[in-house]
Amino acid sequence: MVTYIIRRLLYSIPVLFAASVLIFVSVTAVGNPLAALKQNPLFSTQTIHNIQQRKHLNDSLPMQYAYWIKDAVTNKFGTPLLQPGTKIWDDLKRVIPHTLQLVLISEIFALIVGVAIGVYSAIRQYSIFDYAATTFSFLGFAMPVFWLALMLQILFTNIFIKWHVRIFYTSGLSSQNPGGGIHFWIDRLQHLAIPAMTLTLLSIAQYGRFMRASMLEVINSDYVRTARAKGLPERTVTLKHALRNALIPVVTVSALNFGALIGGAVITESIFQLDGMGPYFLGALLSQDAYVVMAWLMVTATAVVAFNLIADVLYGYIDPRIRFD
Amino acid sequence: MTEIKPDRDVGFPEVGAGPDSATISPGNPAAEVVADLPDGIDLVHEHGLELKSRSQWAYARRRFFRHRLAMVSLFVLIIILLAGAFANFITPYSFAAQDFANSGKAPTLTGHHFFGTDVLGRDYFSRVIYGIRTSEKVALIVTLVSTLVGTIIGAVAGYYSGWVDNILMRFTDLILTLPGLAVLLTAAAFLGTGNPIRVAFILALLFWTGLARIVRGSFLSLREKEYVEAAKAAGSGDLRIMFRHMLPNAVGPIVVNATLIVGIAILTEAALSFLGFGIQPPNPSLGKLINDGQDVSSSMWWLVTFPGLTIVLIVLCINFIGDGLRDALDPTQRRTRA
Repeated sequence: MVTYIIRRLLYSIPVLFAASVLIFVSVTAVGNPLAALKQNPLFSTQTIHNIQQRKHLNDSLPMQYAYWIKDAVTNKFGTPLLQPGTKIWDDLKRVIPHTLQLVLISEIFALIVGVAIGVYSAIRQYSIFDYAATTFSFLGFAMPVFWLALMLQILFTNIFIKWHVRIFYTSGLSSQNPGGGIHFWIDRLQHLAIPAMTLTLLSIAQYGRFMRASMLEVINSDYVRTARAKGLPERTVTLKHALRNALIPVVTVSALNFGALIGGAVITESIFQLDGMGPYFLGALLSQDAYVVMAWLMVTATAVVAFNLIADVLYGYIDPRIRFD
Repeated sequence: MTEIKPDRDVGFPEVGAGPDSATISPGNPAAEVVADLPDGIDLVHEHGLELKSRSQWAYARRRFFRHRLAMVSLFVLIIILLAGAFANFITPYSFAAQDFANSGKAPTLTGHHFFGTDVLGRDYFSRVIYGIRTSEKVALIVTLVSTLVGTIIGAVAGYYSGWVDNILMRFTDLILTLPGLAVLLTAAAFLGTGNPIRVAFILALLFWTGLARIVRGSFLSLREKEYVEAAKAAGSGDLRIMFRHMLPNAVGPIVVNATLIVGIAILTEAALSFLGFGIQPPNPSLGKLINDGQDVSSSMWWLVTFPGLTIVLIVLCINFIGDGLRDALDPTQRRTRA
């Protein structure tokens, strides 16, 4: 197991290296990072010249790449294109926890609800509930995330305007004076609830379908029949015997999904004005700050690679039939 | 991997259509096999006990036409697509016509403002129909380009295998380690956006990866088949073997995947346009329409609701059709109803 993890860790180094080349080529080489600045009358030629000096933009592309990698490794991505006084990592350090909170809440919620829906549709296959769940998941797959976010925002804003009931906040991360300790976190949850609901819907549809399929497979297997035959109550058979094995693929998928969501919450975060990775990324794109964009892409690529690894290891850990040697 | 047999590779004979012929067993040796008859000729009723053999495609077609949900979706989708294609004939107003006397109207039948009007008095029903037209254009290009690229890359990787396969597939994996939407946003921001064709090509840059993997999988198994060996022995070139002999057998998953890409392309284009990195005015776009309605969303809910519902309806239809196609093209299934 340990050798497997080490081997996978070593293998992810060339993957991340290749990803960094791809990111660098597509961001810096294809689009000139200074193109937008040169057209902007607010920036003097002297400023642009300074940026060129600071980021070594007069060197050849391989040298630029080397400087960028050196900056990324030794200096935590260094400075953005425009404000030499600030550091990219300081911003990332601020926004990453916010995104993690949102993704974590929605993933936990999606797993609980998705697994419950999937199990119930499997044990009551072709029931009304099953058909309703199928319809719901088709709707979930067909719905644009940003539209769902807006609709929920409209709904809860109108509830507040009509009845002055404040269950959930519809934008921002915290109130002006959230208080400390437990009050801060309750306030935070009230702010994250609707964005999490938005992110959850698609995941619930996914996990529900997945769980249903794997549960159906397990329920029809021999050992479940044996468990029934020896007289175990149905509840024990489903929850203790069948569910455990049916969960294996879902756990793996959820780990993969977690990595993907860190970069995938961009739209939801920007609609609800959460100070997460999404709005930070969009801001960098609007100002065409190539260095922030590259740093952001590297961080998310690392997250995806890391969670792929976690998914593989988890898979081996919870499924004893799998052995890595 | 699903595998579709070619036309002439006649499968098992099946009893002719009609519930009253069900007593004849399919494997009846006395039955005469009549090759590919045009649909609508019912031999059972004309000649008694004859069997009608159907090609795999005929089976697939029958299964698809009997998939009720898929047929309803196809019907709805065709209406929507025609509405988009003939937008300038059927919309009551033009895309940009402003009418300040009727601004901010909730959905109403008077003046044909079925979807209401925005702050500038523009009719949202007309705007949504024009938006559908743009979505159609984008989805068509994305599907064609990404299916073509994905098929070629997957076919080359699967047919040659070895180091060619390794390089192509590692590259595909690499693209998949980056979050898709972020890559698209980056490409859009640095390559420039605006017109539907450019947006479509940016989307196609990313969408071929899934199909390439699927086609590669089919080709890896197909290349071991005897008929490929026979074609090689007969002296056919690689290209001929790949695209004349093997491709027809891999077409099922490709068609299903292309259908699903249409849906994903429409959703993604809407998301990009919503964020301002996709289609820019004056080109109409459903995502941009939702974005326009966002600022006044709490008072004019219809500006957000209707363009979004349109997207949901289109993509829902496409996914149901894809589902029907998947069931129909799966050669392991013989049942005609799903």
